[in-house]
Amino acid sequence: MTARTASLWQIRQPSVIPGFGLALGVTLSWLTLIILIPLSGLVWRSSALGWATFWELATDQRTVNALRISFGTAFLAALINVFFGVVLAWVLVRYRFPGKRVIDAMVDLPFALPTAVAGIALTTLYAPNGWIGSLLTPLGIKIAFTPLGIVFALVFVGLPFVVRTVQPIMEEIDKEVEEAAATLGANRLQTIRRVLLPGLAPAVLTGFALAFARGVGEYGSVIFIAGNLPYVSEIAPLLIVIRLEEFAYPAATAIAAVMLVISFAMLLIINMIQAWSRRRYGYGA
Amino acid sequence: MAHDGTASPTGTTNTELVRIATSEHRLARYGLIATALTFVGLFLVLPLAAVFTEALRNGPGEFLTVLSDPETFAAIKLTLLVAGIAVPLNLVFGIAAAWAIAKFEFKGKAFLTTLIDLPFSVSPVISGLVFVLLFGSHSLLGPWLQSHGIQILFAVPGIVLATVFVTFPFVARELIPLMQEQGTSDEEAALSLGASGWQTFWHVTLPNIKWGLLYGVLLCNARAMGEFGAVSVVSGHIRGLTNTMPLQVEILYNEYNFVAAFAVATLLALLALVTLVLKSLLEMKYSAQIAASRRH
Repeated sequence: MTARTASLWQIRQPSVIPGFGLALGVTLSWLTLIILIPLSGLVWRSSALGWATFWELATDQRTVNALRISFGTAFLAALINVFFGVVLAWVLVRYRFPGKRVIDAMVDLPFALPTAVAGIALTTLYAPNGWIGSLLTPLGIKIAFTPLGIVFALVFVGLPFVVRTVQPIMEEIDKEVEEAAATLGANRLQTIRRVLLPGLAPAVLTGFALAFARGVGEYGSVIFIAGNLPYVSEIAPLLIVIRLEEFAYPAATAIAAVMLVISFAMLLIINMIQAWSRRRYGYGA
Repeated sequence: MAHDGTASPTGTTNTELVRIATSEHRLARYGLIATALTFVGLFLVLPLAAVFTEALRNGPGEFLTVLSDPETFAAIKLTLLVAGIAVPLNLVFGIAAAWAIAKFEFKGKAFLTTLIDLPFSVSPVISGLVFVLLFGSHSLLGPWLQSHGIQILFAVPGIVLATVFVTFPFVARELIPLMQEQGTSDEEAALSLGASGWQTFWHVTLPNIKWGLLYGVLLCNARAMGEFGAVSVVSGHIRGLTNTMPLQVEILYNEYNFVAAFAVATLLALLALVTLVLKSLLEMKYSAQIAASRRH
């Protein structure tokens, strides 16, 4: 047995820095206690239901509708955020205008503002008698207390995810690439569409995925503005809370398990797309 | 291409031509700025303005009366208590995790990093639910806890646990890229000069990471004080006992006590504004000592 064989079995590479055992020990025990045991409890409880019961609970019409509403509105909100988020990041990176610093700082507001506060504030604005809602009511547009209200709340919540993933990559773009494109005869729109946007694609996709994942699970900001009508504007996290209040623990567990599985699957797919596009376009998020 | 300012036949210089070719038309530029500002106005500025306007709707007198309500006071105290426990716990964890991950090479590191980020992809409601399933009266632990008189759910320990769960990654996430970037040479130098492990940490590592650490703590604290979904599931909404500030906002709002709801909300909005200002200051002054991923 030589040193070579030993190194194959070594968990870590040798280092003069002390404290590996203590640091990893604290990390793993805390992680296990706070995250892994509680989460595996959820997995265990849903597998204990048995496949037939689980399937029955997961395909209950109210559950299916709630999941569809959660994933659908989160998808739509993430798309809206991709558009406005990229415009906002572009404006912040490329242009100079008064108040730019403040706007840049404001982008993080949804990270810092508690979701319940965001929820009641957005409802005040977009309710039929609200600041903006009252302007839209004569036009026959209703935002609060409809699925559209959910989308609005999720746009608020997801915005910083897109801006903050795209912005640093935009700052790294080499101006020479644009000059080269212009020299070769591309007009500005062609340069943006064919040269700049493809390079930003991985970052945009990451931002989309983060905003989407956050939107699917969002609760606080949505419940005030949604109207919470079963089958119509009731999101999956709210249905979990309702089932818990009814002491229908198996139903709550089943909905949670379905949400977790779909969210992880989507994040996995998006990670794969991202890896692919990073290989293709060189620089990634 | 040399940007030497040589005049072209049309009288524009090369530098100008390059600038024109690599920037948008003036109208397009104004259009984009207007779009961005309208969006920010509708989704960020107006909601914030609404909170303060609605709270002061009946004048500052009523605003102050509402805030001096004993239940509101209890909610403020509970929020401070929960954040005061959860943030230091995650601070210690964050430093330990970053030390292990950034200063050493070991198998399973990428997997460990993914696990640390896990709470970010879990719905807050599910973060609360897992503790109900673990400690509820129908769970494995439930009867045992009950017979020993230990109350976790619908009490402070449950609220703290749920808050620790949702704020788990904040400090670690901030420190890992920062400490990876800084490498281990400073620590190696200190150690070779005879410093002990703890001395190296206190006098070399900690000064290097202090601004990044503060940044992470700031974000962790904002989330800890503002968490709604997870806490709502485990709290039981006992007035004056297990209501944090965000839960108090919900209760008041659902009772159509809008001025009071928005008054409590202003305190949380102020917390958010202070967080944003401090965060921007840290980014401006100490950008080099904050994780690379946050710099812009």
